[in-house]
Amino acid sequence: MASRESAAGSPVAPVRRPLTAARPRYGEKVIIGLLGFCGLISVAVTVGIVAALVGPTIDFFEEVSLGEFLSTQEWAPTFSDPSFGVFNIVAGSLNVTLWAIVTGIPMGLGAAVYLSEYASERVRRIVKPTLEVLAGVPTVAFGFFALTFITPLIRDVWPAFLGDPPGIFSAGAAGIVLGLMVVPIVASISDDAMRAVPHALREGAYALGGTRMQVATRVVVPGALSGIVASFVLGISRAIGETMVVLIAAGNSPKLTLNPAESIQTMTAFIATTATGDVGFGTITYKTLFAVGALLFLITLAMNLLSIRLVRRYREIYE
Amino acid sequence: MTTHASRTADATARAAGAATRERLGSQPAGDRVRGLLFQIVVFSAALIAIAGLIALIVQAAAKGWPRLNSDLLTNQPSSQAEEGGFQSAIFGTLLIMAGVIVTVVPLGIGTAIYLEEFADNTRWYNRLIEVNIQNLAAVPSIVYGILGLGIIVRGPLNLGFVAYAGSLTLSLLVLPTVILACRETLRAVPSSIREAALALGATRWQTTRRQVLPAAIPGMVTGVILALSRAIGETAPLLLVGATVFVTFNPDGPFEGSYTALPVAIFNYVARPQEEFRILAAAGIIVLLGVLLVMNSFAIWLRNRYATRW
Repeated sequence: MASRESAAGSPVAPVRRPLTAARPRYGEKVIIGLLGFCGLISVAVTVGIVAALVGPTIDFFEEVSLGEFLSTQEWAPTFSDPSFGVFNIVAGSLNVTLWAIVTGIPMGLGAAVYLSEYASERVRRIVKPTLEVLAGVPTVAFGFFALTFITPLIRDVWPAFLGDPPGIFSAGAAGIVLGLMVVPIVASISDDAMRAVPHALREGAYALGGTRMQVATRVVVPGALSGIVASFVLGISRAIGETMVVLIAAGNSPKLTLNPAESIQTMTAFIATTATGDVGFGTITYKTLFAVGALLFLITLAMNLLSIRLVRRYREIYE
Repeated sequence: MTTHASRTADATARAAGAATRERLGSQPAGDRVRGLLFQIVVFSAALIAIAGLIALIVQAAAKGWPRLNSDLLTNQPSSQAEEGGFQSAIFGTLLIMAGVIVTVVPLGIGTAIYLEEFADNTRWYNRLIEVNIQNLAAVPSIVYGILGLGIIVRGPLNLGFVAYAGSLTLSLLVLPTVILACRETLRAVPSSIREAALALGATRWQTTRRQVLPAAIPGMVTGVILALSRAIGETAPLLLVGATVFVTFNPDGPFEGSYTALPVAIFNYVARPQEEFRILAAAGIIVLLGVLLVMNSFAIWLRNRYATRW
């Protein structure tokens, strides 16, 4: 608009220069195409995961009925007379996850409340990165810790009235260590969420006579609920999907129990144990790996979608 | 007169203040006790978590200390715990990580540049890519192992149980991490830099290549190193794509021969019931943690040294 007005006002019409490129840059188009192709790879990975799981899983269900898979009979897919009651290993996963929740979530939330509401800035600057670095410790080291430290510890302090102490392998020891493993995740994400609650809300609560604890539990935690719940779901889905700790410390005996003192087998441990053995391509054992993998994938995917929904639903938006 | 009046007013005000403080200034005893208990509880939650995680490292260090010598790195794995070492595992891990770097760096950085600098995120396909990456980050590592087994080892790619199959599987595993970290650093480059370059007549790629990328490189390298330090400790997916638990010779190359990796060898030793093997495993864990410490410190140093503040 401005240029047209000035053109009308001045005696000499200005030379109009086109703002588009003088010549097309094909090289640049190729580069952008290549970059876009990189992005497509990530989609290909997802499609690949689904495709890799679906094919053998369909084959599996041609041989084993869904009813048999979702039954509570024994889980013995590698026996010569196999049976496929998947609830035995689902229960194993639930068992360790339950104990991980019992230990990890209160600890993680407590640590987050401490970091966000009580700790001085100096303490926080040291503690939070430390937690995050410790979260990067390889899982095989956590498994080693469970087997050679937590299990003997539990066996030493086991009270007599609870019956026999747990054996070398127990769901409880693995669960406690998984709990320890999810603490950094829960604490770090919850702390971020709590710090995003505006200070004015805290000050408002103090002005009304709230104590520090009341402000923390009735203002800050509810205000940051969506982030806190998302951190829980993320931690739980990490615990369900974790392999090495349960493989090393929880044993390999499929059992339908939530007893922490028992040796159990989780879905992940089944996949890892079976795959390390010599599995013939196309055998029913091979297909079982993929069926269990598909179930695990569906469970974690559902939890991830749930966490996204929860975050949307309970999000308080502050400006 | 006036001073006397103001002094009286002062005294009244002080008395009123004292009365208010008496009523409102201190919390009821119950609240104070509850508050103190709560503070103790949350403090001990943080303390126990940190203590537990540090105990993990201290215990491995204490247990593996006697075996921590150069033999550990140069000896091959052995069924005799006294002679066992990690040589083939260390070579295997180096080979796998080289494959991961070659694969994940161009893929991850390319995707990040595309999504951050070129993609029009109102288009459905670009949003699809974003949602995808978010979901991929939450897939358990063992599922990537199954993907590797079904598609990379067998199936379409059919590489067989070779080291590069492990590299590719781990690359896909850390790809979302790399993309997210690189996008974050690209986003931190202020758009005024881009606008200035575009206003001077640079094309979008010239802007990206000569202005945005140089500013973002240190952050990207940091992100890549952190992702690699995650890949180096991964065990479960490798178990599915052929990292055999017991290999007494070094891998031949990325596309031939069997291989193993440091965490897999550690797992092999942990799984044996004899105490000597556990000591060996603990020593291996120290080596692994040492490597991770070096990588993490380097990443942090790099970030602090080269980070640009806008």
